[in-house]
Amino acid sequence: MEDNIIKVTVIDREGVSHELEAPTDMNMNMMEVCKSYELPVEGTCGGMAMCASCHMYVESDTILPEKSDDEEDMLDEAFFVDDEKSRLGCQLHITSDLDNLIVKLAPVG
Amino acid sequence: MIETDILIIGAGPTGLFTVFEAGLLKLKCHLIDSLPQAGGQCSEIYPKKPIYDIPAYPEILAGDLTDRLMEQIKPFNPGFTLGESAVDIDKQEDGSFIVTTNRGTKHKAPIVAIAGGLGVFEPRKPPIENLSNFEDKGIEYIIKDPEFYRGKDVVISGGGDSALDWAYFLANGVAKSVALVHRRNSFRGHLDSVQKVMDMAENGQLNLITEAEVIGLNGSDSLNEVVIKHKTQGEIKLPTDHWIPLFGLSPKLGPIAEWGLNISKNSIEVDTFDYSTNREGIYAIGDVNTYPGKLKLILCGFHEATLMVQSAFARIHPDKKNVLKYTTVNGVNGF
Repeated sequence: MEDNIIKVTVIDREGVSHELEAPTDMNMNMMEVCKSYELPVEGTCGGMAMCASCHMYVESDTILPEKSDDEEDMLDEAFFVDDEKSRLGCQLHITSDLDNLIVKLAPVG
Repeated sequence: MIETDILIIGAGPTGLFTVFEAGLLKLKCHLIDSLPQAGGQCSEIYPKKPIYDIPAYPEILAGDLTDRLMEQIKPFNPGFTLGESAVDIDKQEDGSFIVTTNRGTKHKAPIVAIAGGLGVFEPRKPPIENLSNFEDKGIEYIIKDPEFYRGKDVVISGGGDSALDWAYFLANGVAKSVALVHRRNSFRGHLDSVQKVMDMAENGQLNLITEAEVIGLNGSDSLNEVVIKHKTQGEIKLPTDHWIPLFGLSPKLGPIAEWGLNISKNSIEVDTFDYSTNREGIYAIGDVNTYPGKLKLILCGFHEATLMVQSAFARIHPDKKNVLKYTTVNGVNGF
């Protein structure tokens, strides 16, 4: 890992893998990283865990922070939810712990 | 027919502030919004969230911002068509527009300002293949009249307050039977609502099916059975007259996308000189527009609204002179 830069992989809805670099010192989250690379993530609510439009599946065994109640609640309004893998990208804050994370974008309902 | 000077589509913060700036120029406004209340996302998605980047408010709740804007525009007595969405726009020979809502309400104005934010809030629809076959034939996304369900078998899906409250209400002597299907064991509704539903389930007044979701629909002319996938019990088939999926609302640009405006990435392209679109007399302000350097901020929407009404004034009164007047000098003279 370079200084303050981690690598994450995002698999889009067509199955194409995108290897992205994400800064750990810009207070970003996975929804924003996807948007900054113009990947098709809406992020409608701007990152408040209030819309589920950044629903993604975690495909790597990266250890992530537990889901907050807000995130769990919002996943209730999402579709194609996988209890083991589903997360909201906006709630995955870019830290060095996320280095080599692999996520797959969930289908749009 | 409702007639006004500026017809604003969208009653979020940008749309509301437009009324104020237009009022200073003695232009009247009328607002259309698909939601039943003003405030847009601020009142629908995050009324209790604090906003920190409104000048002179170190912190203000989104719901309070809406209330303050409503107070600020009160002197200008705007009209509202709430709970209806703008569907059609027709240009008249005199250059004005007639905008018709989904309920047929007609509005006439020389200027249309689209302040539609992310679009029209619509119920989130579960991705089930034959869903549309049963819409209004057993599937309803909104409960308009609970009496409609009297004596019927009803299945409700969702884990929020509306799912819990309606399940409780309909199971209380209205429907013949009520089943509540939810993805998890816990609910996000108010503790009180959750407890009431849990109690009913325990007393056998309501069929609570958790760790489950509806994945299939069966019926001929109308719905008569839902297929539920349960985490441990596999597939359950449940006969029912109605299924009410309550998964909240999500915004879609909707019919405005068909108004002949230049659209890029779900947003309306504008000229930053006056936020005009490619159609004369139609402007787009706030989160709904896009231009090089666009930022989707309430702050920027206010600025765009202010410049837009200057251009609207010149269009409505081509012969009248207009100079910038300060509210500190003249105060606010309503009408």
